[in-house]
Amino acid sequence: MLIDVLPEYGVYALILALALSLLQAVVPLIGAWQRRPLWMAFAQPMAWGQCLFLSLAFVALALGFLFNDFSVDYVANNSNSALPWYYRLCAVWGSHEGSMLLWSLLLSLWGLLVSIFSRSLPRDMLARVLGILGIISSGFLLFILLTSNPFTRTLPAAPSEGADLNPLLQDPGLIVHPPMLYMGYVGFSVAFAFAMAALLGGRLDAAWTRWARPWTTVAWAFLSLGIALGSWWAYYELGWGGWWFWDPVENASLMPWLVGTALMHSLAATEKRGTFKSWTVLLAICTFSLSLLGTFLVRSGVLTSVHSFASDPSRGIFILALLGLTVGGALLVFALRAPQVKSPVSFGWLSRDAFLLFNNIILLVMAITVLLGTLYPLILSSLGLGSISVGPPYFNALFVPLATVLCLFMGLGPLSRWKRMPKGELIKRCALGALVALVVGIGAPLMVGERPWHVSVALGLVLALWVAMTSLRDVAASLGRHGLKGPARFSRSHYGMVLGHLGLAVSIVGITLVSNYHVERNVRLNVGQAVEVGGYRFKMTNLADVPGPNYQATRATLQVTRDGALIDLMHPEKRFYTARRQALTETALDAGLTRDLYVALGEELDNGDWALRVQVKPFVRWIWLGGVLMALGGGLAVWDKRYRRPIRRLGEKPS
Amino acid sequence: MNAVRKRRLMIVLGLVALVAVTVTLMLFALRQNINLFYSPEQIVGQEAPTGRQIRAGGIVEKGSVDRNQDSLVVTFTVTDFKARVPVRFDGILPDLFREGQGIVVIGTLDASGTLDASQVLAKHDENYMPKEVADVLDKEGLSPEDYRAARAEGKLSYPEADRP
Repeated sequence: MLIDVLPEYGVYALILALALSLLQAVVPLIGAWQRRPLWMAFAQPMAWGQCLFLSLAFVALALGFLFNDFSVDYVANNSNSALPWYYRLCAVWGSHEGSMLLWSLLLSLWGLLVSIFSRSLPRDMLARVLGILGIISSGFLLFILLTSNPFTRTLPAAPSEGADLNPLLQDPGLIVHPPMLYMGYVGFSVAFAFAMAALLGGRLDAAWTRWARPWTTVAWAFLSLGIALGSWWAYYELGWGGWWFWDPVENASLMPWLVGTALMHSLAATEKRGTFKSWTVLLAICTFSLSLLGTFLVRSGVLTSVHSFASDPSRGIFILALLGLTVGGALLVFALRAPQVKSPVSFGWLSRDAFLLFNNIILLVMAITVLLGTLYPLILSSLGLGSISVGPPYFNALFVPLATVLCLFMGLGPLSRWKRMPKGELIKRCALGALVALVVGIGAPLMVGERPWHVSVALGLVLALWVAMTSLRDVAASLGRHGLKGPARFSRSHYGMVLGHLGLAVSIVGITLVSNYHVERNVRLNVGQAVEVGGYRFKMTNLADVPGPNYQATRATLQVTRDGALIDLMHPEKRFYTARRQALTETALDAGLTRDLYVALGEELDNGDWALRVQVKPFVRWIWLGGVLMALGGGLAVWDKRYRRPIRRLGEKPS
Repeated sequence: MNAVRKRRLMIVLGLVALVAVTVTLMLFALRQNINLFYSPEQIVGQEAPTGRQIRAGGIVEKGSVDRNQDSLVVTFTVTDFKARVPVRFDGILPDLFREGQGIVVIGTLDASGTLDASQVLAKHDENYMPKEVADVLDKEGLSPEDYRAARAEGKLSYPEADRP
């Protein structure tokens, strides 16, 4: 039967993919160097073949999960025949080996997309870009085949039942979070490949930035979405009601996002004005290096969290070597080539160029802050200097002032012109926005809330309003001057910028309000008892045992009322997963745009009471809504006509 | 020195100053917010500071968990088989908290030597041992594997709580 040997076909497909990616790495790069068109032409078919064979390997593993082939170690460790089919499918990337396979598959998919949508690039440029992607891909495929083969078998005595997927991961959030995050992580490899190709080709003009911009923006949008989904998942699945823990794994995804944001803006400056050429290349290298560092931190087992699966040190060393080679090699090429690059363009201190540069630096400082807080404990413990942990206060203490400055410049940037902006006109343009932001931001918490006014709430609201007002100003002014035709004159990428900035403003509102105004109580309740939290009355009306497909659950029913009116019936659960003998809290949520009600069952106490975590979280949804808006903004910016027009025209030219 | 050079010098000096200030602030914030880890033996030996947030870890001693009857206050003892530290916690214990389980506690030590916990961490599955706890046990000549094996054979003086 075909199904019996499917894992072997999977390994075979992986080996073929490695062979193709090695060809893709070597032949086109030599071809570009020696100017041999035939050799350069290797790049595209190799990228297609690599993507095809990785897809086959991925399908082979997925079928192993669907048909419960427990002779495959990875399937046996992460699945169970009682697991519903959709979680069996997601379990493919539920642990180390499979998620590395997903990483490689997505990398080859990005390669495929580049070879299709950027096929009208100059031939040597395309050959170099795909060659660099081939090098990265070879590294990861070697890593998979040598240290983390997902198709390893236990034969002939295969286990009859699997150990089940980690219950925390049996959730719809798992279906989408890792692929989104990886699309972002891996997507920055395209920006990296473009930067390296430009360095190698010695053509560090503005052209490469125009080609690399849409790819970077798409990767950034995916990463934003991935981070927002991860935060949302942690919020409802971990049962604590927190949405960001400054956990090293979260930090690992935040660092490339911060530097990637800087890269996206710096690319804009380089494309439009020819400024910051070397700086942009350096940011592209940094962004991808941080993506790799994130992979290393999460996968090497040096950290302990839900995400770290690999505790095999050889894997950690392999990724560290890969990281060192990539970063070292890239920086070496940069050091050899970049000094030849000059940015002869000058600009004044009050100009869009300058504000973008300031914010680039601030974003980089934020990333360094996170890096320091994440790596410091690791360095100390590896030097044997004691075990420490860096708490959230460190990150909060540094992020609030940095984000404040960031938001100030973020408002000034879109208002000013490139090169030079007269002081008087800048003040005139931002006066209304600043006034509205100050008045509403300081006044609103006084007027609306039942809660006391707090300076950090006012600060957060002022900043959010400032960012929103300034990003909308151009469109609004044009609406006033030209009527309804005015806004149509702006490009899609302008609206992408507006949407992205609005998204951050929305997130800031959410973060500010939920951090300052959330109400949280831990109580003990029994059937018939009630508790009042934040103006809502939670009454436990029932407790029942409910069987699930692969678990046993205790389900409580809570009647929520406000001023006597019924709001909702909530059903938090405590589940006990039989295969892993692991307990899990299933939170009950009553979600709303202005507040979430959050109930989680803690543990059963001696007399039949239950410990309950009851929380009212105002505006918490805005945090993720902002993330979604940012991602949509990225999508809109890429949709801009100007990215499609020149490529089509170039494509028609006989080459 | 011509005007261009002078301006460049100013920019470089400004950047250096900015970086210096930032790094100083970062290190200062870092010093304020790191939590050092202490083993029960160190805490009983009065090596740990009082009134400042620390982390501690060990095995939850069998039979030591005591819940208050009408609040969520719980007390238990954490041990590294050399010394015992009483812990007081007002809140909801994590799903994987069990007697005999390795845990990490974040809290402050009061004058009487009780650790007032703000967070109790017990992550992963029942065989998982927090790294610090594993190191503490290692000093006793016990590896987590030994500990697990001994626990399975019932040789340990602090056997694991009955499994469901």
